[in-house]
Amino acid sequence: MTAPAPARRRARLPRVLLHAFLALVALGWLLPLALAVYASLRPYEETARLGYFSLPESLTLDYYGQAWSQAELPRYYLNTLIIVIPALLLTLFLASFAAFAIARARIPGRRTLLIVFTAGNLLPPQVLITPLYTLYTLIPLPPWLSDSQSLYDSYLGLIVIHVAFQFGFCVFVMANFMRTIPVEITEAALVDGASVWRRYWKLTLPLCRPVLAALATLQFTWMYNDFLWALVLMSSGDKLPVTSALNNLRGQFFTDYNLLAAGSVLVALPTLIVFQLLHKQFVAGLTLGSTKG
Amino acid sequence: MAVKTRRYSARDVTVLVIGLGVAVIASVGLVWGPTLASVVLSATDWSGFGPIEWVGGRNYGDLAGEYPPFWSAVRNNVLWLGFLGLVATPFGLLCAVLLDRRLRLSRVYQSALYLPVVLSLAVVGFIAQLVYSTDYGVLNAVTGLSVDWLGDRSVNIWVVMVAAAWRHVGYVMIIYLAGLKAVDPALKEAAAIDGASETQAFFRVVFPTLRPVNVIVLVITVIEALRAFDIVYAINKGRNGLELLSVLVTENIVGEASRIGFGSAIAVVLLAISLGFIVTYLSQLFKEER
Repeated sequence: MTAPAPARRRARLPRVLLHAFLALVALGWLLPLALAVYASLRPYEETARLGYFSLPESLTLDYYGQAWSQAELPRYYLNTLIIVIPALLLTLFLASFAAFAIARARIPGRRTLLIVFTAGNLLPPQVLITPLYTLYTLIPLPPWLSDSQSLYDSYLGLIVIHVAFQFGFCVFVMANFMRTIPVEITEAALVDGASVWRRYWKLTLPLCRPVLAALATLQFTWMYNDFLWALVLMSSGDKLPVTSALNNLRGQFFTDYNLLAAGSVLVALPTLIVFQLLHKQFVAGLTLGSTKG
Repeated sequence: MAVKTRRYSARDVTVLVIGLGVAVIASVGLVWGPTLASVVLSATDWSGFGPIEWVGGRNYGDLAGEYPPFWSAVRNNVLWLGFLGLVATPFGLLCAVLLDRRLRLSRVYQSALYLPVVLSLAVVGFIAQLVYSTDYGVLNAVTGLSVDWLGDRSVNIWVVMVAAAWRHVGYVMIIYLAGLKAVDPALKEAAAIDGASETQAFFRVVFPTLRPVNVIVLVITVIEALRAFDIVYAINKGRNGLELLSVLVTENIVGEASRIGFGSAIAVVLLAISLGFIVTYLSQLFKEER
């Protein structure tokens, strides 16, 4: 049995079959999304009569206009930005510093800290959401920060929980990465008497750019896609981020699935764009946690 | 790694204490503290305001004995875990193995498979409605059936799990693909020279080296199964056959009846299951590190 390996392999699994299988799977995977786009372009009256899986008699962008103006999507996109951008920056900042302290400064109990941070991110949110909800209603905020005058139903509340819940994962990933940076780089600075802050901000962080980019892409997607926190910790419909607001679109307008499809496509669009543009970072982010640096 | 012990200046200490302090406060105050509070509150019948009365294990007794949605949620969570673990995850692995070779269009196939990963599960829930709708859903149009896929209690959990798997497969595939790329090609060649078929080489040689990746995928699968929420909530608020533990917890706060104590008891059940996996995972992760 000494036939050359590649030849044997090819004989076992013909390329054509492989391609056929993969193409079929890929098409099947794209189908639901394609269908949502297709449904959103057709009038309700037509799909109600012919079904979604039929040839179009007319195509229209009306539903996008409706979702955009009637459902006030721009406002909800803005809400999302108000929440996600500060949350993202804070998460990366807090996590990168904590990771630096854990990986580079000889802090007592740093292993325990890393375990506590990492494990926190692995919990299902529901195990803490009930007391969190109560806590949020009890913490007062000045009116200029939140018109509900408490952390509950405020942008700040959502920002804070995103940071608290997500930074653990980032600490884990970044601490692993920072350990792979040759000690000599920061050690040399040590001899020069550089402060902790300088070693973190000037020497370590610039080397972490690829990880930061990957984590930012991933975290943006996760925070943007959040549904639960806003559902439980917000009560005013007009402050909801766009993903959660979509749920209301259904209640307000009767169950017009085509409008809902247009709304879904619009809500999915930013993450799809991010994915197209930062494809590499996104995949790197997903696999960061899995391959130890 | 030989780092000389050295003194930090007072300013350095301040910076470290503030930086780590904020992180610890965030983690303890907003994640671990509330988690612990769930455990404590689960032994009370608190409704969110008024006096707190201790009821010991009564909430748990009620859960098991007098709250039918609980058992159907447990059943659904187990099904969800089984479906992701036994169907979606192996399928993701299969796709990763098939794509881990020089192949034209490989990138295209990969992109198609992990496109759903970037979508919110709530959006997946909405898209599922277009596919499964009774009167004009695609599934009925193609098969000629007139099944109420999302309303019929005997089938709805299954079709929803298929929708969840749609997203999970891509996720698993990316992770395995990265893991496979890291496998030394010499290993596979050696196996092939020894006369192993591709399947044999995979199961006997490659798969065992993927152990760390397997652990991660297992944890992701378990966590996804326990966290499952958005998709059923977007479909019908997790009722009528789509009950999940996560939904029951949420329903007890945002629902009509605010039953904090009772909801917490369900959260504790969820916590107990997830902690088992989290501890196993972390102990493995940090053991290797030493």
